[in-house]
Amino acid sequence: MGMRLELSPRAFAVWRRNFLVWKKLALPSILGNLADPMIYLFGLGYGLGGLLPQVGGTSYIVFLAAGTVCASTMNAASFEALYSAFSRMHVQKTWEAIMNAPVSLDDVVAGELLWAATKATLSGTAILVVMALLGFVGGPLALWVLPLIFLAGLTFAALGLCVTAVAPSYDFFMYYFTLFVTPMTLLSGVFFPLEQLPAPMQLAAQALPLTHAVALARPLLLGQAPDSMAGHVAMLAGIAAIAFVAAVILARRRLLM
Amino acid sequence: MAPLTVADLRKSYGGNEVVAGISFALKRGECYGLLGPNGAGKTTTLRCCLGLAAPDSGAITLVGEPVPVRAREARMRVGVVPQFDNLDPDFSCAENLLVYGRYFGMSDAAIRARIPQLLEFAGLGGKEKTSIRTLSGGMKRRLTLARALVNDPDLLILDEPTTGLDPQARHLIWERLKRLAASGKTILLTTHFMDEAERLCGRLAIMDAGRIMVEGAPRELIKSQIEPQVVEVYGEDAPSWAQAEAGAFAQRCEVSGETAFCYVADAVPLLDHLAARPRLATLHRPANLEDVFLKLTGRDLRD
Repeated sequence: MGMRLELSPRAFAVWRRNFLVWKKLALPSILGNLADPMIYLFGLGYGLGGLLPQVGGTSYIVFLAAGTVCASTMNAASFEALYSAFSRMHVQKTWEAIMNAPVSLDDVVAGELLWAATKATLSGTAILVVMALLGFVGGPLALWVLPLIFLAGLTFAALGLCVTAVAPSYDFFMYYFTLFVTPMTLLSGVFFPLEQLPAPMQLAAQALPLTHAVALARPLLLGQAPDSMAGHVAMLAGIAAIAFVAAVILARRRLLM
Repeated sequence: MAPLTVADLRKSYGGNEVVAGISFALKRGECYGLLGPNGAGKTTTLRCCLGLAAPDSGAITLVGEPVPVRAREARMRVGVVPQFDNLDPDFSCAENLLVYGRYFGMSDAAIRARIPQLLEFAGLGGKEKTSIRTLSGGMKRRLTLARALVNDPDLLILDEPTTGLDPQARHLIWERLKRLAASGKTILLTTHFMDEAERLCGRLAIMDAGRIMVEGAPRELIKSQIEPQVVEVYGEDAPSWAQAEAGAFAQRCEVSGETAFCYVADAVPLLDHLAARPRLATLHRPANLEDVFLKLTGRDLRD
């Protein structure tokens, strides 16, 4: 096998399998993914926002909208790459069935990665539409949030797949959420500007992928071009690439022994 | 070209040699069986043959392709029925076949054209839209067989195809496998059911502890490996009788619980002797593959 990635267009057949399952329950899935971010947005946006003056040059709810889009992208991609992929890998043995066909494990992991990012994009699009209808979107540049969601989806899906590849059971994912996802949500500029944090924590936040997603989404939603765009994109893409390779190596270790 | 050749295959897990140097080759159009108790290394051998586990040493050629180097290309012309059903529970019967065909790069139109005949073959005609969740164990097994045929493979690999099925369902699977063999497909199956192996396999290998103990046609193995007649002796006194007296009449005698299995070339003197002992019940029968299997792999339980 070697360390060379064994990828082929068959990864797309894996993506199509997951898409076919999703299609059967598309509406409840989208509505389910919409409820949580909307509750955050309205609860905090109006409840807390009413107590605040402008934040980052806009009303708090508009400030929070960009963070909500990114956090819900992260959640959607993570859930798919953790719980759903684990079901297919470990419980239903779907991956095993696929690998008896001329599809490599690398293809399967790549298909899962693309699918989780797609699913995050599908629910992110719904959130974006609702926000546009409510008038929280500043201009057509906001459409660039869609490819951004896909990219961030790839990043969080790849990270999630690393965890799935070593998980003994569903319970294991709790650690990932409590030790990584939840702290990241609080430290990446979702709820308040990063500048509020002490300098060392601001620096640490730069290592978190969600920080870079929020830094891009916030100006885009206001209809403005983000500063240092290339750096943020490179960070998200770099983490996605490294985590994908790590996920492949870990999955091979688990399944191809 | 042989559908599968395996030469001196070895595979260890954590210092434990699960496959300890086995060699065998399938001839085109035959049904070949790998028999062995649990833990004999059958499933590991299959995983290596499919390129899903890397052998420590040895050479494998699957449908003309070297494995694991070109395992993916080889799997294009192989169908697999795994030991445990892994059909997609979210899909109907037809969707399971459609989605699986896509993994072979087949077009939707090409797969859809094959679905009715595949379901018909599996005894699931007209069940295109039926959900997997409502199928019985036997039906799922047959659908898994149909799924393995979606790419019209040259070689079919089945890992314990009838484990967990009732007799009716097993007979139906056997009948379908015979039909496939008659249509020219090569079949490799693992099993620990002797009747299954005797019925289906033209040749078979008995494995234990990662090695092939014997290989050959079932009838030949029974002829060459074991005495032709078996007299089973039952009763509370059978073990003590076996110890004291069986040696005078039987070439070999094995005791398991309250049964003594006496292996003999000529059963008449033994049966005459037993006729005078009404406390011992007897059953006289020809030797079968199970006797060969137990002789070679022992009567101890395997976990």
